[in-house]
Amino acid sequence: MEKEEGDLFVPRLVTTEEIFAPGHRACIGCGEALAVRLVCKALGKNVIIVTATGCIEIISSLIPQTSWCVPWIHTLFENVAAVMSGIESAYKARVRKGKIPQAKEVKFVGFGGDGATTDIGLQALSGAMERGHDFLYCCFDNEAYMNTGIQRSSSTPYGAWTTTAPVGKKSIGQATWKKNMPEIAVAHAIPYVATACPSYPFDLMDKVKKGVEMEGPAYVHIFSPCPTGWRYPTNLTIEMGRLAVETGVFPLYEVVNGEYRLSFDFPELKPVSEYMKEQRRFRHLTEDIIEKIQARVEKEYLKLREKAGVK
Amino acid sequence: MKKGKIVGLEGSFAVSEAVRMANADVIAAYPITPQTHIVERLSEMVADGELDAEFICVESEHTAMSACVGASAAGARVFTCTAGQGLELMHEVLYIPSSMRLPVVAVIANRALSAPLTVWCDHSDMMAIRDIGWIQTLAENNQQAFDLTLCAYRIAEDREVLFPAMVHIDGFYLSHVIEDMTLPEDEEVAGFIPEYEHPFTLDPDKPVSMGCYGPPFIYPETKKAQEVAFENTIPKILETWKEFGDLFGRYYAPVEKYRMEDAKIALLTMGSCSETAMLAIDELRAKGEDVGLIRLRLWRPFPFKEFREAVKDVEVLVVLDRCVSFGMGGPVCSEVKSALYDQRKKPNVVGFIGGLGGRDILVEEFEYLIRSALEKVKAIERGEEIKMEMIGIRE
Repeated sequence: MEKEEGDLFVPRLVTTEEIFAPGHRACIGCGEALAVRLVCKALGKNVIIVTATGCIEIISSLIPQTSWCVPWIHTLFENVAAVMSGIESAYKARVRKGKIPQAKEVKFVGFGGDGATTDIGLQALSGAMERGHDFLYCCFDNEAYMNTGIQRSSSTPYGAWTTTAPVGKKSIGQATWKKNMPEIAVAHAIPYVATACPSYPFDLMDKVKKGVEMEGPAYVHIFSPCPTGWRYPTNLTIEMGRLAVETGVFPLYEVVNGEYRLSFDFPELKPVSEYMKEQRRFRHLTEDIIEKIQARVEKEYLKLREKAGVK
Repeated sequence: MKKGKIVGLEGSFAVSEAVRMANADVIAAYPITPQTHIVERLSEMVADGELDAEFICVESEHTAMSACVGASAAGARVFTCTAGQGLELMHEVLYIPSSMRLPVVAVIANRALSAPLTVWCDHSDMMAIRDIGWIQTLAENNQQAFDLTLCAYRIAEDREVLFPAMVHIDGFYLSHVIEDMTLPEDEEVAGFIPEYEHPFTLDPDKPVSMGCYGPPFIYPETKKAQEVAFENTIPKILETWKEFGDLFGRYYAPVEKYRMEDAKIALLTMGSCSETAMLAIDELRAKGEDVGLIRLRLWRPFPFKEFREAVKDVEVLVVLDRCVSFGMGGPVCSEVKSALYDQRKKPNVVGFIGGLGGRDILVEEFEYLIRSALEKVKAIERGEEIKMEMIGIRE
């Protein structure tokens, strides 16, 4: 990526205030905690955040302490979008009835892991998107049910080891392809869908700001490398994120009112093996499986480039 | 005392009127027989501007209750309603508003649980949620369905209560049957239910974290606090019902008595079949029998004091359960026996199960219950073991 003029000054535009307070119990090198921290900086303080049961909730809200410097609610695993629908409707009704000033303009944001979003919480999210509530939903995708001990989710990539799709004499690990949750969001015809990664912090924060400012439902799918579950050295989280993007495994793009836009284009993708080789969850993969994955990644990436109108 | 006007309304419509007069802000509900007329009527009211509320057409009951939790936490007055399977589907969520002290108000059109599929009335849905920590009251007719819903808002949102509250109305018997009742004017109700003001809401001006993580070093203390607060809601319930009575002329009590003055034998029922039971009591009284009827109006918190007082001079208490707890018997009977166990003077208690899945309970069947109970008491005194009888079964 070419360095552009002004790049050096961009970090200074980000608030130094930690809206997601340090001192939480995340693992060393947690990509999700890093992403949450960046998202919170992008959101500011005039928000209400709903979080699902999962890593983020338990590391940040151990009674009597909390990392949340903004109003925050957690209830269950699968109902972030449902609780959010209630909060958004409450504000809508109370503003209309004159009980809250219109100028308050609070933003409603939901945080869920891949489990809470693509599996157990998919119904609630689909319902909320269909009903058109004004909210931003961020999926923090660490590609398994990490909080409960690395069990597979529908977001676990093909060939990855997890405890419920383990590698064995009769199994290569995950035998299905990662569910394309951003596409499901796009299929709901909502105004804004994007993918993001904390290794590209300014891109991530821009997308969060865009999503939260747009009226109606917005969905941002955030790649969250997990050293504990993916089994890579804890200092390589940022590197993992970059490799996922540069190999085309996790492309960064936006869909604004149905129009696709690539955030970064890599006409020459790095081989997926570069991304996978540092992660023990992929260590068992044979050449032929890696080739299968490579072919699929390239195919999907070409499809995406086509949708984005990139030749 | 306010007068109001006499109208003929279905229980569903009566409940809808109460929600409208309470000026709910957010309604999140999923249709299910026999509650559908409530959601339809409320949708109509919102569509016509009669009620200024956000009606969230949620995609399931789990979402309905979750949305109510969110809306209540954000400071809104909420309403939901469901029945049978819907109540089961939201079961997980039910524990949340009670543990988080959010005054959600819900009406249940009691419906029997599958399998086999049924849409008709019994109390299995109610009995499956005894432990959730909600204030639970029962209506026997549409007047009560209306009155208790209004009172539910007043009680639940009281600063000294802040617990969710449920009103049970028998599916079809009340939800779909038109009865005459007194409907107060809107202005008469205004002022009875004050503005909802929760001390801690989701508000960027005063951030709070709700629903935090509580490991073993703190969880028991949260439950103790919840139980103490929950038991202490009874005085407020009584106070509210007294005030309601003073204003509207209808007084409610946790345990209500019918012809109990010198009753040696008492029948205990819950829900709409109580009014059928009253006919049986009248017939038996006409024959010179000292029988009476008690009904539980307040189910949770269990009204131990009022219940024990109501049966203190009774020799035989006949309990009719409209639910079977498989392998155990009738849940209400079990609880009644438990409430009486430590009392030095207590009646013989005989339980029956009837009316499952919407099977009507006839006047003569209530008379049978009493006759049979007296036989069973003699058998118990002879040392025989008595199994709980399920009445009305075609063998």
